[in-house]
Amino acid sequence: MVKPAQKSRFNLVLGLVLALVGAGMVGAAYAAVPLYRIFCQATGYNGTTRRAVAASGTVLDRRIIVRFDGNVQGLPWKFMPAQAAVSVRLGEPTTIYYLAENTSDHETTGSAVFNVAPDAVGQFFNKIQCFCFTKQTLKPHERVTMPVTFFVSPDFDKERQLKETRAVTLSYTMYPAEEPGDTKAEGQPVAQAGSAVLPSKL
Amino acid sequence: MANALAHDSHAHPTGWKRYVYSTNHKDIGVMYLVFAIIAGIIGAALSVVMRMELQEPGIQIFHGLAQMVYGVDAGAALDAGKQMYNTFTTAHGLVMIFFVVMPALIGGYANYFIPIMIGAPDMAFPRLNNISFWLLPVAFLLLIMSLFVEGPSGLYGTGGGWTMYPPFSTTGNPGPAMDFAILAIHIAGASSILGAINFITTIFNMRAPGMTMHKMPLFAWSVLVTAFLLLLSLPVLAGAITMLLTDRNFGTTFFDPAGGGDPILFQHLFWFFGHPEVYILILPGFGIISHIISTFSRKPVFGYLGMAYAMVAIGVVGFVVWAHHMYTTGIDVDTQAYFVFATMVIAVPTGVKVFSWIATMWGGSISFRTPMLWAIGFIFLFTVGGVTGVQLANAGLDRSMQDTYFVVAHFHYVLSLGAIFAIFAGWYYWFPKISGYMYNELVGKVHFWVMFVGVNLVFFPQHFLGVAGMPRRYIDYPDAFAGWNFVSSIGSYISAVSVLIFLYGVIEAFQKKRVAGDNPWGEGATTLEWQLPSPPPFHQWEELPRIR
Repeated sequence: MVKPAQKSRFNLVLGLVLALVGAGMVGAAYAAVPLYRIFCQATGYNGTTRRAVAASGTVLDRRIIVRFDGNVQGLPWKFMPAQAAVSVRLGEPTTIYYLAENTSDHETTGSAVFNVAPDAVGQFFNKIQCFCFTKQTLKPHERVTMPVTFFVSPDFDKERQLKETRAVTLSYTMYPAEEPGDTKAEGQPVAQAGSAVLPSKL
Repeated sequence: MANALAHDSHAHPTGWKRYVYSTNHKDIGVMYLVFAIIAGIIGAALSVVMRMELQEPGIQIFHGLAQMVYGVDAGAALDAGKQMYNTFTTAHGLVMIFFVVMPALIGGYANYFIPIMIGAPDMAFPRLNNISFWLLPVAFLLLIMSLFVEGPSGLYGTGGGWTMYPPFSTTGNPGPAMDFAILAIHIAGASSILGAINFITTIFNMRAPGMTMHKMPLFAWSVLVTAFLLLLSLPVLAGAITMLLTDRNFGTTFFDPAGGGDPILFQHLFWFFGHPEVYILILPGFGIISHIISTFSRKPVFGYLGMAYAMVAIGVVGFVVWAHHMYTTGIDVDTQAYFVFATMVIAVPTGVKVFSWIATMWGGSISFRTPMLWAIGFIFLFTVGGVTGVQLANAGLDRSMQDTYFVVAHFHYVLSLGAIFAIFAGWYYWFPKISGYMYNELVGKVHFWVMFVGVNLVFFPQHFLGVAGMPRRYIDYPDAFAGWNFVSSIGSYISAVSVLIFLYGVIEAFQKKRVAGDNPWGEGATTLEWQLPSPPPFHQWEELPRIR
């Protein structure tokens, strides 16, 4: 038989262990934030695109249409793709342009969040160069042309889910950014090591 | 703890102190039940007003109600009314989940009967139990207050549903209403987590000699599994809504793409909690139903171990199926296939339970007393809800059904007609034990039949509406949906009458004071609570029972 005092100590120990488990689950919820981001970048989940240093080398004959979309949220900018769509071969590096104009009388800074649809394309969509890697500062009424160099990985052709896919859409949303200059943490990099920082304005 | 033990041996306090300072699991259980009844009446009233609005196409009630309650002028009344309808759906969901079903099943019945059933003198942490209870009215008050403060600019209350998805819950509701609701859930969640710790400790450490885990009553098993689900899932919700709170007030961007966040992440976190939550709501009911079926069939429950481990299996698998609430958020086909499969797997242990209940009745000497009626009603209606659940588990079908009244019908069959029927089954089963008085059998049976007809009339036609494409969470609908909506509203009035019959039955029992005796159910009732007098003494098992 266990004495009451001993029993209540057992209770206390188990109670504390369980309280720790509860606290651990709160921690797990917060840990989910960076884990989810890493997971999306590692797998291209949720349409997260990849960043690459150089093109893959192999180019296939299969062609897909890449459409472009640009929109602005909370920034006095005009922002749109310079071309509606391009037709590319899988593995072929392509450079396209986006146009941005600051319509206000003061200097503003924006940063772009991107996404590709359908979501399954994310892991095959590689950007070598993109204005979305850095924040963009525009002087009053300044207009810029911003390049994106990308290629769609030849592995796209092997993906069962994308057998029927003939067109994909790359979309950017420009959000206001607090400080100009520093690189954005987000959208970083599966293979960022050594990726050259290119002039962000042309 | 030494204090609490010393305290137990004192003469118990009387008057208001007996309840406010209570460390007695039976008094706290009774307070939980009373609280759940009050909250249940409020939650049901919210739903009846919504059904009144939906009885006919067009907007009949809420613009007038908004003028009355919020004093908005006639011009703004229509918008205020629409918002008010949304706040009603939100509040109805939150009230029913956090302030009715959970307090009744876990706080009420489990608090009262778990220590008795496992041969313990009280809960492991009696004072924690007191805090668990008294946090709830505070949380409830915060939720009610949220209805009367600004939510979206110029409008009152929060109307984003119980799921609180951003960005509507962040940038869409700049007013403090959302903060009130979030804090209400924080506090209710804290109450439940403390309760869960208490139950697990009690069940693991406080069983009487000879009461091994595999001899423990199924209700104790069900509460043990529920407590683990609470402990593992509620903190995740707490974390997620804390992120909402800091996104709203302190400039973080967990769910805001402008700062690198992702609103879909909230849905993952929410449903990681939300799916186990639906098992939290139903598992204690499974336990209660098992005892009632066994008692009134005068047979031990069929397949005891299978029943216990089916609940464990439901609890475990319940944690890995959450994204079946998110088929249309763009998760890829292979992931959907996994979630379809995992979800359907849950039908297996659930089937074990349903068939074991039927097998328990098979060849039994069944008496159709009121608790048995509710229990059989539960099995039938829960199974209907389970079948529509298996349908909705299909990602392909869900594309068409999601956010329609089919979903509303499904989860009300498992909750409103499942969990609530289990609560009433438990009520009629244990009311004689808790109060010492016998309820009126006729009133109990009339209550059952009126509610059975009422709720089926409310929710069965909603399957048709959903398949026809009527979306949920709207104040108005096209004329084509008018017929079944009318039927559904009539059903809701019938259900409301059944609540009055229930209350009458309670009052009648206390007026007539028919003495129930230790065990009104006869030889079928084998669990330990029936060995005690009705009502049980303030402190039971001072001499620990021997379990054969």
